[in-house]
Amino acid sequence: MTRLAILLMILTLPAHAGEIWVTNEKDDTVSVIDVDTLEVVRTYPTGERPRGVTFSKDFSRLYICASDSNTVQVMDPDTGEILHDLPSGEDPEQFVLHPDDRHLFIANEDDAVTTVVDTQTRQVVAQINVGIEPEGMAVSPDGKIAITTSETTNMAHWIDTATYTLFANTLVDSRPRHAEFTADGAKLWVSSEIGGTITVFNVADQTEVGKVRFDITGVSADLVQPVGFRFNPEGTKAFVALGPSNHVAVVNMTTYEVETYILVGRRVWHMAFSPDNSQLFTTNGVSGDVTVIDVASETPVKSIKVGRFPWGAAMRPTKSQ
Amino acid sequence: MITAPSIPAALCAALWLGSSAVALAQQARIDVPILYLRQEVDLPPVLSNLDPQPEDLGLAGAEVALKDNQTTGGFLGHDYALTVVSVAPGGALAAAARDAFAAAPFVLVDGTAADVLTVADLPEAAGKLIFNVSAGDARLRSEDCRANVLHTIPEDTARTDALMQVLQARQWRRLALITGPKPVDQAFADALRRSAAKFGLTITGEKPWTFDTDLRESTMAELPRFTQDLPDHDVLLVADPTDDFGRYVPHNTWLPRPVAGSHGLHAEGWASVIEAWGAVQLQNRFEAQAKRDMRARDYAAWLAIRTVGEAVTRQNTADPASLRGFILSADFQQDGFKGRALTFRNWNGQMRQPIAVVNDRALVTMAPVEGFLHQRNETDSLGLDQPESRCTAFGE
Repeated sequence: MTRLAILLMILTLPAHAGEIWVTNEKDDTVSVIDVDTLEVVRTYPTGERPRGVTFSKDFSRLYICASDSNTVQVMDPDTGEILHDLPSGEDPEQFVLHPDDRHLFIANEDDAVTTVVDTQTRQVVAQINVGIEPEGMAVSPDGKIAITTSETTNMAHWIDTATYTLFANTLVDSRPRHAEFTADGAKLWVSSEIGGTITVFNVADQTEVGKVRFDITGVSADLVQPVGFRFNPEGTKAFVALGPSNHVAVVNMTTYEVETYILVGRRVWHMAFSPDNSQLFTTNGVSGDVTVIDVASETPVKSIKVGRFPWGAAMRPTKSQ
Repeated sequence: MITAPSIPAALCAALWLGSSAVALAQQARIDVPILYLRQEVDLPPVLSNLDPQPEDLGLAGAEVALKDNQTTGGFLGHDYALTVVSVAPGGALAAAARDAFAAAPFVLVDGTAADVLTVADLPEAAGKLIFNVSAGDARLRSEDCRANVLHTIPEDTARTDALMQVLQARQWRRLALITGPKPVDQAFADALRRSAAKFGLTITGEKPWTFDTDLRESTMAELPRFTQDLPDHDVLLVADPTDDFGRYVPHNTWLPRPVAGSHGLHAEGWASVIEAWGAVQLQNRFEAQAKRDMRARDYAAWLAIRTVGEAVTRQNTADPASLRGFILSADFQQDGFKGRALTFRNWNGQMRQPIAVVNDRALVTMAPVEGFLHQRNETDSLGLDQPESRCTAFGE
């Protein structure tokens, strides 16, 4: 595609005011990208080593895992002010907000524990023992099941959110990093970084029903390392960040086959869609930038310099100007 | 949704154990006993009193891995136990091994190459799965390999190959070498020479270390003159693996040259400066337990026990013969916090692993260095490759 064509495509994109918030792990900041101008418009300081990041349902609060500060910070996204810290347990790396918009399920990487925090009372509600190095967190759309993946134990731990107890532990390939339920709640996907696969489970009986494998021509197989991923809103395609292979895979969610690979920045971690889902923003840790992917054409259209070692990404719609 | 203030940790633990017990009712429990067999040695005297070798070197790594395995095993009904047998210097290793063998199908050996062979060749060792966690000698991966011995400590030549890849990538191709008087110094110098030749580097001159005085007060005066008559070089190599004099060489040379080998820029299976690839998690776990940095032998012991754990987890058995088959197969992979899956070379039992090339404060790079290719696996550019190894014990 010519540069002019790309430019035209950007200019003709529909209006979809919004922002992508990116945590910079080695700068202790969060960068705010405007999805219309594709530029960093604000940068706010955070606690130490910010990684996981998510918004409250009404986007009035930003939750940030400040791993080395051993806390989850609550930021007002309109001002960038840190309003308060939540008790999070040691070394929070990733978390997920329950559909009740109130409880955060937090993976405590150094402690082999999942902590449940009530964001209203600011109290720890429960701590659940899981495997070594918990990281990936997911919650089912109906809110009944939470998942923690443990990187060294190599399991997905299934938590009953009514009792805060484990009801199943399922093995996956080496070093599971990220988990997501499909929108209908029927399937759970878990990526394994060192194993180089995604395992798909049937949620009803926790059985494995599929395995996604990756193969990029010219890239050594052991460098193709799936980490973060997102499903498109239609539920037909998964976009999978492949770490040091510097590619994002587009996976057919019916056949579990890879349809294409998109070249992005170095050591791609996580991603977020624009409000209208026409663009996908990937955090590239080593190159310190964010790649903007045009979802329709599945091509990269721009790199945006952010802070050092960008890691998490979350979207906030804004009012049209 | 429970919104009660805070569930006490003890209650949480009870709930957790309760649910595991239910899940495990269908499953038979499996016991996985592991033996750590150590031959203690009297270390040679060294010039500096700094940095004594930790007494729990190796063992501390085994203990961290045991806990890792026990956590996973708790979800699966697998019980891991570690027995440590440490034989005093000059003690009877074979007799101690025979006494301790009965209880454990999995054995870590922490000793010299001769110690590893002593243990592996005992009649009682047949059918056991033995892990060498300390001896880097090439012969254990070549003519003296044993079918019942796997190696999680890298061979010395894998380390020197890693170092030479970095020097070649920097285009620092002319080397000079200072070698200590001990047999281990000579052996390390041999590994350096072999790796230099393998990667097209030239050793322009060599000197044996002959000082027999305490250098601590006079390095500034003596060492520049000692290195003055070496032919010009880009890097000065030092072969002093027991850490006797090497620490006094950097910044005391006649020419302003970086030092590498056993000191300065050096290559290790593990180093405390590795922080990427999740390594910080392992470093933190280790430091919390051992109250010191994790070293290469700790890591090798950690890897051996994690290998047993990974194999038992995947195969749901503690039978050493079937686990050996699985560990040597293409289906086995171990995460070792080095950014690539670790596997075993099925022709000589050596674990295939990246090597950290480091200085005292930072990781310089993780070898294999980009651009050093191999038809099978880039990591096989480090250490003895299949055509070079004279090992035949794995040819079943």
